[in-house]
Amino acid sequence: MADSAIGSGHADIGTRRDFLELVAWSSAAVGAGCLALPLIDSMNPSADVLALSSTEVDISGIDEGMAITVTWRGSPVFVRHRTGAEIEEAEGVDMGALRDPQTDESRVIDPKWLVVSGVCTHLGCVPVGNKPSENRGEFGGWFCPCHGSQFDTSGRIRKGPAPTNLPVPEYAFTSETSIKIG
Amino acid sequence: MSASHEKPVFKNGMVRWVDDRLPVVTVMYNAIGPGHPTPKNLSYWWNFGSLAGLMLGLQIITGIVLAMHYNPSAAEAFNSVEHIMRDVNFGWFLRYAHANGASMFFIVVYIHIFRGLYYGSYKSPRELLWMLGVVILLCMMATAFMGYVLPWGQMSFWGAKVITGLFGAIPLVGEPLQIWLLGGFAPDNASLNRFFSLHFLLPFVIAAVIILHIWALHIPGSSNPTGVEVKSESDTVPFHPYYTAKDGFGLGVFLILYCLMLFFLPNALGHPDNYIPANPMSTPAHIVPEWYFWPFYAILRAFTADFFFIPAKLMGVLAMFSAILVWFFLPWLDNSPVRSGNYRPLFRKFFWFGLLPCVLVLGYCGGAPAEEPFVMISQIATAYYFLHFLVILPIVSSVEKPEPLPYSITESVLGSDDKATLASGN
Repeated sequence: MADSAIGSGHADIGTRRDFLELVAWSSAAVGAGCLALPLIDSMNPSADVLALSSTEVDISGIDEGMAITVTWRGSPVFVRHRTGAEIEEAEGVDMGALRDPQTDESRVIDPKWLVVSGVCTHLGCVPVGNKPSENRGEFGGWFCPCHGSQFDTSGRIRKGPAPTNLPVPEYAFTSETSIKIG
Repeated sequence: MSASHEKPVFKNGMVRWVDDRLPVVTVMYNAIGPGHPTPKNLSYWWNFGSLAGLMLGLQIITGIVLAMHYNPSAAEAFNSVEHIMRDVNFGWFLRYAHANGASMFFIVVYIHIFRGLYYGSYKSPRELLWMLGVVILLCMMATAFMGYVLPWGQMSFWGAKVITGLFGAIPLVGEPLQIWLLGGFAPDNASLNRFFSLHFLLPFVIAAVIILHIWALHIPGSSNPTGVEVKSESDTVPFHPYYTAKDGFGLGVFLILYCLMLFFLPNALGHPDNYIPANPMSTPAHIVPEWYFWPFYAILRAFTADFFFIPAKLMGVLAMFSAILVWFFLPWLDNSPVRSGNYRPLFRKFFWFGLLPCVLVLGYCGGAPAEEPFVMISQIATAYYFLHFLVILPIVSSVEKPEPLPYSITESVLGSDDKATLASGN
């Protein structure tokens, strides 16, 4: 064959057929990748889900010592109006006693208001303790009924299986009496 | 010994015409017909493979019809399940058959695995057969989990949240991965729709792997209670009519038990909280998966303290998956040349008094609340579980002195085998 005669002259770099094969398989691989991308990315949160990614909360009605649950990205967020004693307790904790050491200052904007995710960092349950009448655990914050994690008045993990503190979502005060989460 | 693959001659001209062009009848004849010689000493423990196949078929049939009445949207899913229960003709029957069918499917498959573990069915030359079985179990678990999410009750929702949360424990990619799996930041419409899609797809994947599983089975043929391979044709009987009849009888007994569950105890294995519509703002006090996940759930929750640099949560996730993945290595962890537990005195003790109680205890703890003493018991049982497979089994299989094996299946059945006498004369 003529081809093989030409090819044999460039044995070290392969024949024209090898090259065509390489090009064909590479284009097929690129094509498959291009098809896979939209398929995989379509499973990420859609635009309407992302559009709900910030929530405005009116905090004027929350009395001292109380907390409310608001929905942010389909999950609960706790907004707590802390009492003076609670703030003192949260600020006075020895960092060595914490599993996930964070100062209270780094977790609040205004010490009177604590905003934390209401999803237990263990396996995603919603802890109880927004009302003073509920079980707030030994540290006065929240208690997760699923596996017994206990959080303090800064939402930090103190006891139980949860590995980290309740995360503080991104938020800002839009006025004296309202915050925007997200 | 595999089938003596002579092409059967069919009397019916029509059958012959089709078979000459597409030999499906020959394939069936050699797979589950008279052309498949099977050890003649199979006990009732060998019934559960065909029962598992039957359960998959029933689940697909009831599932397809249920899908005609179900609405996979977060707003309507719960109502549509109630619509099936109250308004659709025989809807209650289909749903109870499907929900209890899942439980019966797992019972049958767990007994099938139990039989494989005791009789050493995973040993050479059946390693791939065994590993394909583990793949089927993993697919079944994924299917069952996603199916349980579909009614969109409280347990559905929180089960989905906890299980996808497991992927969130993976370092670096965990959180984006969890968001990608859910299609949002919490289980919602997107999650429900994809779970429905995959719940519909996976049973057909399982069916395909079952074909490979049976294909791999037909290379060496079935093992048997003695673990001694078939030596001659006198050790076997044709699959049909002998084992079709035996499987048929077992099927009758099984269907009676299934019907008892279905008609008299349809909610016994379910959880009442799942009759409360999903509420993302309130967690049920006690989240438990379905009973067939309890042993694995107990292992997940057994890790309460960080392990060197690995956080407790990730450790639990790794251990839970490893509890099944370790089975892939079983053919090499247990390297005793003797297959059947019947001839392995030490293995047998650890099997009946170690592994079996350990799994039952794990199962009990997985269904119990996460408090003492269950946490500590789960920790002890989890430790034993891994010790059994990773340490005890390799040691036992090298130090144990097995009991004498029969020369052949025929000898074990009849007490003597002419060929055995000749062989011992050598």
